[in-house]
Amino acid sequence: MANNSYQAGVKNYADNYWTPDYVPLDTDLLACFKVVAQEGVPREEAAAAVAAESSTGTWTTVWTDLLTDLDYYKGRAYRIEPVGGDPSAFFAFVAYPMDLFEEGSVVNVLTSLVGNVFGFKALRSLRLEDIRFPVAYVKTCGGPPNGIQVERDRLGKYGRPLLGCTIKPKLGLSAKNYGRAVYECLRGGLDFTKDDENINSQPFMRWNHRFEFVMEAVHKATAETGERKGHYLNVTSATPEEMYKRAEFAKSLGAPIIMHDFFTAGFTANTGLANWCRENGMLLHIHRAMHAVVDRNPMHGIHFRVLTKCLRLSGGDHLHSGTVVGKLEGDRAATLGWIDLMREAFVPENRKRGIFFDQDWASMPGLMPVASGGIHVWHMPALVAIFGDDSCLQFGGGTLGHPWGNAPGAHANRVALEACVEARNQGREVEREGREILTEAARHSPELAIAMETWKEIKFEFDTVDKLDVA
Amino acid sequence: MHIDPYGPTQRHGETFSYLPPLTPERIRQQIAYLIQSGWNAAIEHTEPEKALSNFWYLWELPLFGEKSVDKVLAELDACHRANPGHHVRLIGYDNYQQSQGTAFIVHRAGALRT
Repeated sequence: MANNSYQAGVKNYADNYWTPDYVPLDTDLLACFKVVAQEGVPREEAAAAVAAESSTGTWTTVWTDLLTDLDYYKGRAYRIEPVGGDPSAFFAFVAYPMDLFEEGSVVNVLTSLVGNVFGFKALRSLRLEDIRFPVAYVKTCGGPPNGIQVERDRLGKYGRPLLGCTIKPKLGLSAKNYGRAVYECLRGGLDFTKDDENINSQPFMRWNHRFEFVMEAVHKATAETGERKGHYLNVTSATPEEMYKRAEFAKSLGAPIIMHDFFTAGFTANTGLANWCRENGMLLHIHRAMHAVVDRNPMHGIHFRVLTKCLRLSGGDHLHSGTVVGKLEGDRAATLGWIDLMREAFVPENRKRGIFFDQDWASMPGLMPVASGGIHVWHMPALVAIFGDDSCLQFGGGTLGHPWGNAPGAHANRVALEACVEARNQGREVEREGREILTEAARHSPELAIAMETWKEIKFEFDTVDKLDVA
Repeated sequence: MHIDPYGPTQRHGETFSYLPPLTPERIRQQIAYLIQSGWNAAIEHTEPEKALSNFWYLWELPLFGEKSVDKVLAELDACHRANPGHHVRLIGYDNYQQSQGTAFIVHRAGALRT
């Protein structure tokens, strides 16, 4: 309606984009940012600037604003909350109408929400803490190609976490020597082995040579143990064309699962590969190299729970989650929060776990959290207690570093895992009684006994850098 | 240093197959857990050479709503006695997840317990 006349110039962002009376709609995409404004910038103005710069606004009015209905399209800052323990920061809640985003494109969502606004001069720092995706939007995304239940049914593995191992050294093995390491792990009792993320197709081991030797190992170990095995063949490559070529070759060799690095390769590549996996009955393991660059700083960047949600929408059947107890960063409550976001059908707001919004996944399948990084048999009781059955526990050094070799190392981890699961089912407190449970199990397994002796003193007890903000 | 060589690969049977064979008492505890988890017990069996298949022979029908550990144990024994050369597996059907909450071999082929 022709009610407004054009007035050139600069307005306060808050005039249009701070709407404290607004009640968000079920179809709105909601975001929570942690904001530190430059000195002298009022909080309402800073929050409104975030809403504006991540949606329809720019620094000045333009006449073409009047050719559309900006009140319909604009993002709205509708709430401000203090951040416990940090008077310089506050949480800004922003509601975006769903029409701002292309259907099925987390790429488009991120381009808006974490685009220019993160370099905005009026802000000292900015962190995207959480996103609530409306159900209508979730329904436009493909999601995990298979999901947890289908993966279990394909593998015939129930009632326990899955066991994996990343093959080491990360770089430098020949294809046949690499296949040897895979075979020993799988015949010793692991379900999966994994390409390290750095392994793509280097001069020391070209991808097709690796795929062939590894798949011989997988098929032989499957036939010998009578259990289904897999190896995450990393198809991450320089171009999408090359990525699909490698995926097709993996399929032709009978591989049940392939692997992708979603953040270095990007969401476009990941979503395309997830679609390919859905069409080709292939499981998809997702690595997360580069995530800590953007998610570890508590004041600036994107929280991992947001990356988790985006990845679930983009597609993947496994996603690395951290271990809580191993060598890599991960607060326990926050980790439990993003594990819920990977697996559950509905995740309610829970500030104690850093969850700012209810999230309804609208029957989208879940993905398995993967705990990997500096874990060994002594961590098994805690891992079973924290992660439960629907998870993949990956012991790299904790398998390959066994003094008797890979197969005994794998065997030790499998015995420890099953002993912890049995004890949990018997009603024992696995974390508290971990030492006794493992010691009992080791009486029947010399492989486990020597593993326990080898790693008895190794712990990773450093303070967490990214702590949850106290309410 | 002494190293125990890892011999030829042994055949295994998924969950709990790396632990010593389940005793009657340990079987009872796992059945109790299955029932307590709200799952429906079911029993299936197969010739060992067909064990990698998704579909084993179903013993009767799943024991829908069965809350008695003794009753489930008796069915496992009946299946085992009728098929001593077969693996006998206990399943916990989770109708909410439309999957199996657990599944493990209770009697391995040839190991007749009376």
